[in-house]
Order: sequence, then C-alpha cells, then structure tokens
Amino acid sequence: MSSIDKNARYRSSHEWARKDGARIVAGISDHAQDALGDIVFIELPAVGKTLKQGEAFGVVESVKAASDVYMPMSGKILSVNGTLTGDPALVNKEPYTGGWLIAFEPTNPAEWDGLLTPVAYEAEAGKE
Amino acid sequence: MNLIPEPLAFELSSPGRVGVSLPTCDVPVTAVPASLRRAELKLPELDELTVVRHFTRLSQKNFSIDTHFYPLGSCTMKYNPKANEVAAAQPGWKGAHPLVSDDRNQGAIELIYRLQESLKAIGGFAGVSVQPAAGAHGELAGVFMIRAYHLAHGNPGRVKMLIPDSAHGTNPASCTMAGLTTVTIPSDAEGGVDLDALKAACDDTVAGIMITNPSTIGLFERNIEKIAKMIHDAGGLVYGDGANMNALTGVLRPADVGIDVMHFNLHKTFSTPHGGGGPGVGMVGAAPVLAEYLPGPIAVEKNGKFSMEMPAKGIGRMKAFNGNFGVLVRAYTYIRMLGEEGMRRLAESAVLNANYIKVKMEKVYPVKYPRRCMHEFVAMGNFVDGIHTLDIAKRMIDYGYHPPTIYFPLIVPEALMVEPTETESKETLDAFIDVMLKIAEEAKTQPELLHDAPHNTPIGRLDEVAAARNPMLCYRS
Repeated sequence: MSSIDKNARYRSSHEWARKDGARIVAGISDHAQDALGDIVFIELPAVGKTLKQGEAFGVVESVKAASDVYMPMSGKILSVNGTLTGDPALVNKEPYTGGWLIAFEPTNPAEWDGLLTPVAYEAEAGKE
Repeated sequence: MNLIPEPLAFELSSPGRVGVSLPTCDVPVTAVPASLRRAELKLPELDELTVVRHFTRLSQKNFSIDTHFYPLGSCTMKYNPKANEVAAAQPGWKGAHPLVSDDRNQGAIELIYRLQESLKAIGGFAGVSVQPAAGAHGELAGVFMIRAYHLAHGNPGRVKMLIPDSAHGTNPASCTMAGLTTVTIPSDAEGGVDLDALKAACDDTVAGIMITNPSTIGLFERNIEKIAKMIHDAGGLVYGDGANMNALTGVLRPADVGIDVMHFNLHKTFSTPHGGGGPGVGMVGAAPVLAEYLPGPIAVEKNGKFSMEMPAKGIGRMKAFNGNFGVLVRAYTYIRMLGEEGMRRLAESAVLNANYIKVKMEKVYPVKYPRRCMHEFVAMGNFVDGIHTLDIAKRMIDYGYHPPTIYFPLIVPEALMVEPTETESKETLDAFIDVMLKIAEEAKTQPELLHDAPHNTPIGRLDEVAAARNPMLCYRS
C-alpha cells in the first residue's frame, strides 16, 4: 500500500501540494511514483513562469511512460528541485520530501480548499 | 534464432584490414587541408567476408512478421502479401524518375489517382493526399489544415485542441508542433469520451478534437456522432486518427459519422511494410469543408489525362516529389486484390480474431473494460503479486512471440494490448492463447522464470532503467 503525506492536499491526477510559509511546495504522490515505476527523466518549468491550476508544469518520464504533471493550484514558479536532473530516482525514493518538484507562490490561495484531503485522495487512488 | 551474441563491427576490427581495393588514382592528388582533417576517425577495419557474415548473422536475429506472430497492439502488424512486392518491383514503377514530366509519367500518376479514389471511397472523403510519410506526419498535416481553415475564416483565436486521455501520444505532439495547445479530455467509466468534460471544454477557442475510433483501448466510441456534433456546434473541426482503421474498412466510412479529416496508415491497414523503417505513408483524407486545404500535389484526371496539381488553398508540401511512391504501389495492389467485399471481410476478421483471443484470455488476464472489443483489446498483467506486465512480455519472447504493446494506453494500469490482425489462422491464435495461459500459470508457480526472462535469446533481461538514466550511445574501446 502506498504512503500518504497527511499534511499535504492532492489532485486526482496524483500531484500533492503542501504549505511552506506563504509558498506552496508540490510533487507527485507515492501512489503515482509506484504506478510509473523507475523514473528516468524529469522536465521542470522555468522559474518565474506563471501557470494556472490544472495546467501542465512539467513531465515525469519512467521506463513505462511519460506523464505530464499538473499545477495543483495557480501560481508563479519560485524554484524547482535541481537535484532531480542528476538523480530522478529521488522521486521514487522520497516522493514527499527530497523528491519535491516545484515551489510556487499561489496566485489564488482559495484554490487550496478545493484540493482533495489525504483521506479523500486515498479513497480515490484506491479505486484504481 | 541464432543465439550466439554478435560482436560489434568495432570489436571485429583489425588495424590495416580493408574490404575494397581502389583503382590507381588517375587524377592529380590534392591534399585535404589539415584544418579539415580529423586526427583519428575510429571506423572499423574489416575484410569483405567478415562484413558479409556480420550483417547476415544480425539479419538472422531479426524478428519479423515473416518469421513469427506479432500481436503488437495499436500497430496492426499484419502479413504483407508478397504480391505487393512483385507489383512494386515492376521495372516501370521501380525505375520511374521523380523529376520526369507529368506527360511522360502517366502510369504512375494514374496509380496515385486510383489509390486516392479508393481511399476516398473507403473513408467517404471528398479529397485525399498521398503526401505524408507516416501516421504522425499525417496528423501534423491534418492539424495544419484545421489551423489554416480557422485562419482563413478569421478565427486566429481558435488554438485549443481537445484530446481524449486514451489518445496516441503523437496526437498532442502533432498539435504542439503545429503551434496549438492541447486540452486532455478524461474517459468515462465505460472507456468512452466523458461527454460532460467535453462539453465544459467546448468554447470559442476550440480548434477541434483529435479522436481515435476505435479508441486505443480497442473500443468503438459509441458517441462519435454526438461528439462530432458538439465540436461542430462549438465551431471546431474533427480530426480522426486512422491508426485503428483496420476495424472499420468496408463497414463504416469515417466521414459519415462526422470526421472532417483523417490519416490512413498504409503501413498498418493496407499491408505495406511496418517496422524496420517502413517507410510508411500517412495519406490524409478530408471532407468537403477541408478538402481544399489538403497538402499537395494531388493526382487529378482531366479527359483521360493525369497530372499532379497543388490545391489552391492547400497547406503545401509535406514531402518531396510524390511521397513514398513504392509504398503507394503496394497499398493499391492490396486494395485491388481484396476488392470491396474483401475490405469488409478484412475488418470483420480482425475484430473476430481479437474477440476470440480476448474471450479465452480474460478468464485469467483481467480486462478493465469488458465489453466486446474491436480489432484489439487491453488486458492487465498484474493478477499475481510481484509479477508485472513487463515480466509477462519478456517471457513471451522465450516462446517465440513478439510481446504485445505494454504500458499503453496509460489509462489502463499494467496494460497489455493485443492485436492479432485478420491474417492469422485459428491454429496460430490457439497456440498463442495456450502460451499466454501457460505463462499465467508460471507466474503463480515459478515466478522466477518470468523475472529472469527472456532465457532463449542471445542477450537476457536488459537493465532498461540504467540504459535510460545513463545512456552510452557511442562505442568506446
């Protein structure tokens, strides 16, 4: 059974978002990394880019598939996890900590309340 | 199969050895300036016999439809009748020069014209172009045509292409190459397009939809007419991905259900070589609304005389000369051999074969969307703990089968997509089913057999993760 970060909120497309002061940190869930398998390449957005909720911000590629990853909330990219360029497997090992993908400044903080709670996401992911 | 691993040509190299002797130079020798010369060019040095043996042995390791069953889902790896090759090898076709004038090239242009007419009839289209050289190339042409239509109608803001989440990955790629943005439309519980999500996405920025029918999960999209109407009402156009046309020839004309533009994969449906470089052809057909935007040149007949003409508002060329002409000869030969009745039987047999395997396999291999399939179906390979679809696929190689498409489409976990095509006998299908059931049994009783597979190949299980993370693309001694 895949693990879940109780402090994060989720999208049904398997991204997580967590508050870190005023900014939001985001990545993909343990369930998502497990379904993808060994991740071999990650493409992340340019810092400063503004994206809407649900817009693709990058690509996570495993030996099985390449998948777009989507903005959990609208925001402006503040930083990306550069470590992943050399070590994409970090997303497999630590999807909620060392394998974070992006940090952004939310442009519509109210979107947070529309995200799935850990309990709701677990129920949704369990259906697959 | 020859099981001895074949060394690289570099490893067979011996300093100073040559395979050719050049005649004595009878022109003045001029030295290439040092600035243009490389100090060391590491080419293998081999004699003729070593080269011949090296490549002959490599060719014997080839896996092909002429040697084995090849149920690669979504790829329609059907047998390519040898009659196609006989026709394409006729000196008149083979020797035709691409720069010859139309009046001296009447036979070749007439063949293109007849092939266009055949595909117009099969698809129900008003116009067809033989230009694109592959399926995705045809998609790109279609998306350019849709874009050209909207620009010509004063709608530069129509830049959004809707694409179901079961689509081929080439669909969003084609849109991106054409400068459009893509919006993914989710599937409903039955594997069809989610109509509510589609409705919500239909606004005045919609350029169109790219839809594959049957979809990549091998299901007929029953709402296709409804979907086409929603898109048309929103001012958009409908692109049909013809990759799965093998399920429909002679049964359904895509234009009749609202498809405005579609590509045909001659290297799938019309039995021209596929894999190993093809080359392919992704002919594009268009309904009246888009026919004048087709890429050219197009073969035209006037008073019994044939010529190649550019459509007035066309998007231009996609390929030099008349596309991959040799492939056109093969496809036309095939269509004429089958005839109208044969076209229908082709699709019916393809669908029957897929359903036959599905019914026998689904007792063991779960199928996410269990309703009757079209020319292919998607099973799942995760019915035993610790065994993945990849392990099953690798084990199939040991039994002499090309693995099906795996991990696609993405909406089915651990997908294993089987497409037998119409050209296989019941005996071949039965033997394949027996092996699949045997592998399922092995998964339970001897899982290590699957984990370590393949065993009967020159090289065993490759470390695909290491290869992707640390690719070494050049030979280093």
